Amino acid sequence: MNTEVPILKMEHISKSFGGVPVLIDVNFELSRSQVHAVTGENGAGKSTLMKILAGVHHADSGRILLNGNEVNVRSPKSAISMGIAMIQQELNPVREMTVSENIFLGKEPCFGSTGVVNRNKQRQLARNLFQTLDFPLDPDAKMGSLSVAEMQMAEIAKAVSYNSSFIIMDEPTSALSGREVEKLFKIIDSLKSRDIAVIYISHKLDEIFRIADVITVLRDGKYIETRPVSEFDHNTLVRLMVGREIHEMFPKTNVSAGPITVAVEGLTKAGVFTDVNVQAHRGEVLGIAGLMGAGRTELVETIFGLRQADAGTVRVNGVELKIKSPADAMEHGIALITDDRKLKGLNLTASVRDNITLVNLKSYSRYGQILRLKKENEVVDTEIEKFRIKTRNRYQPVGTLSGGTQQKVILSKWLLANPDIIIFDEPTRGIDVGAKAEIYGIISNLAQHGKTIVVVSSEMQEIIGLSDRVIVLYHGRVTAEFQRNEFDQESIIRAAMGK
Amino acid sequence: MGSEEETKLLESTSAKVEKARSARAQRRLRALTVGSFLSRYGIYFAFVFLVIVLAIISPPFFTASNIMDILRQISVIGILAVGQTVVIITAGIDLSVGSILALSAVMAASFAHPGQYPLIVPLIVGLAGGLICGTINGVLIAKSRLAPFIVTLGMMTAARGMALVYTSGRPVFNLSNGYDTIGTGYLFGIPLPVVIFIIVILFGVFTMRYTRFGRYVYAVGGNEMAAKASGINTDRILIAVYILQGVLAGVAGIVLSSRVMSASPSLGEGYELDAIAAAVIGGTSLMGGIGTISGTVVGALIIGVMNNGLDMLNVSSYWQLIVKGAIIVFAVFLDKKTKG
Repeated sequence: MNTEVPILKMEHISKSFGGVPVLIDVNFELSRSQVHAVTGENGAGKSTLMKILAGVHHADSGRILLNGNEVNVRSPKSAISMGIAMIQQELNPVREMTVSENIFLGKEPCFGSTGVVNRNKQRQLARNLFQTLDFPLDPDAKMGSLSVAEMQMAEIAKAVSYNSSFIIMDEPTSALSGREVEKLFKIIDSLKSRDIAVIYISHKLDEIFRIADVITVLRDGKYIETRPVSEFDHNTLVRLMVGREIHEMFPKTNVSAGPITVAVEGLTKAGVFTDVNVQAHRGEVLGIAGLMGAGRTELVETIFGLRQADAGTVRVNGVELKIKSPADAMEHGIALITDDRKLKGLNLTASVRDNITLVNLKSYSRYGQILRLKKENEVVDTEIEKFRIKTRNRYQPVGTLSGGTQQKVILSKWLLANPDIIIFDEPTRGIDVGAKAEIYGIISNLAQHGKTIVVVSSEMQEIIGLSDRVIVLYHGRVTAEFQRNEFDQESIIRAAMGK
Repeated sequence: MGSEEETKLLESTSAKVEKARSARAQRRLRALTVGSFLSRYGIYFAFVFLVIVLAIISPPFFTASNIMDILRQISVIGILAVGQTVVIITAGIDLSVGSILALSAVMAASFAHPGQYPLIVPLIVGLAGGLICGTINGVLIAKSRLAPFIVTLGMMTAARGMALVYTSGRPVFNLSNGYDTIGTGYLFGIPLPVVIFIIVILFGVFTMRYTRFGRYVYAVGGNEMAAKASGINTDRILIAVYILQGVLAGVAGIVLSSRVMSASPSLGEGYELDAIAAAVIGGTSLMGGIGTISGTVVGALIIGVMNNGLDMLNVSSYWQLIVKGAIIVFAVFLDKKTKG
């Protein structure tokens, strides 16, 4: 075993929020130039543990040691001064400032002690930093003009400029495309070779196995296990994370596709998608694959009436629709479970109840206006039970729930309206394995019950595991179509890249 | 022997420490639940506390007649504040209510001279004035996607201008007895303005808690995009909300002009800010999605009670403004603190 003092040690960390324990006596140790994955389901406490380390939250008890010395991380500022740098899941740079200004924010190089910023020196320092890290960034570019991956690079450069001996990355790939993920892994490798350790928070198993040296598993706020990656396999890791066996991730049963329910013909939106022809059948799961920006989300949002097409028609059961708004689409039995929970899916300040019944509120109203609260409450309580929504009660604000639980609230909200055609846009983005399996189960079950299902996803496993048929979008055009018996990850990816 | 004692001592201290720790944890838990209780009902406690303090230091404060006075004083602001709460819950704001009040008042009053028209005519005219202004606000905000602050700032200036043009800048006097009764009369010993205020409160509470429309208002304010994606016609909700506020400003204009028995085009200047203050003190979030009518009513009561109490204590009205300003900021500060 390694006898040298770990560069970071967290001992017996406990923390509760509003009386609810989030971390219970958690231990964590990080060695020099190690990539240490911290994993667990949503709500396992990964992010909270790291936020304590980064000074965002304070532990109720326990201590933190850096290189064997106990430290008191009072604030994010004091964390930074100790060389603890965290790349947040949702980056929050000053978009109107340049890259170099962002990197040196709060520690601008000045002319002597005048307080006047030496812009040339700042630019030069940033450029040197990018050179050593081999980042293709322009120090003078506006931060807001960068892609998410580039912003992340800038944040990593910033962390390196603090002379940190380790960098915390919270779900760093959640907004990256496949190629960008590869690049990030290269960056992590190069950090390692520069003696910088990385704490990698993620619940994406393939990534963890790719990049980590050591894995620590948390579950329900408790420390479960730390082991070198070589001692884990896929199944043990899932079992440790979930605390139970997941027998089948994709409970796929063969269903015979029924008649065509949705027929999209020549649908075009200038610059977004062109001449899209798609049919979906009753009882079938149609997967829509493609890279980010291929026009998938725009396509389904157009079918649902959130956007307007320039040309083309949408028919449902043979009838041509004039869909101008989501309300029109819903009238024809179409539901769209949107991709961005926080932006388009939920009212985070409102309660579980108010979110669940929002789509379907009319059925709980007398004279179309006056709410029948008792009936509504009953229905909501059944839904909470049916979907196993982890909430204190129906009045808890949705914003305080974990990602997977939020996604179940959205599912419940739409399924209550009993739609016939259900479009899922990235149904499992940012949620954990356990909740994923549950959602896959729900989707398959819906198809079996004669619904028409469309799934848009960037996760190849999901597309292949769920779909009966897959179409691939590339630059707004359908480039390929595959039946289930001819699925093959490589050809789907190739079609998605336009090859 | 010594080492044994040491161990015992150690054990007992560690037990003590453990005990103290769990006691502390429990206390914290209790503090937290008390805290969350306070944050939910804190404004109500603050109000009760204020009333008790004033009742002790100034005995005439807690008399039926004085309480009626307070209610009458806050009724106009209160009616506006109910509408303002609904607007703010949509993440909007309405700066034009004071001016709409004045325009409605002068329009109504000009049809309320004795022996001219039946009483219903000035009432309809006054409400129509508010309705038209509210509709313009709502349509501009919902359809042209202009910021509510800008649209209603424009309306605030323009409606005041219209009131001045309509009256040539002179107050409208000589109103019928019937009209004056609205502001000066009583029902079962309760001043009519207070009765109207109470009806508006009940209407507001019912609308926001027990109707689909109310639920949609919260949905639009909490996340307009999600509301739209859920099939809600968000434009229609927004327009309706500003119309509601316009009509309530019309009600307030009729009540105020009938109470002072004249309608000056400068009526209600600055009332929009008092209405916003009442809503904000009552816990309505300017970010939208959060707020209650009952909170706002208490917010209005706090302002009214404070003014009245300070009057009784012979504090000059200049100082009262300073106190009011401090209360607004302090209330929001407390709200933020307790809700973390």
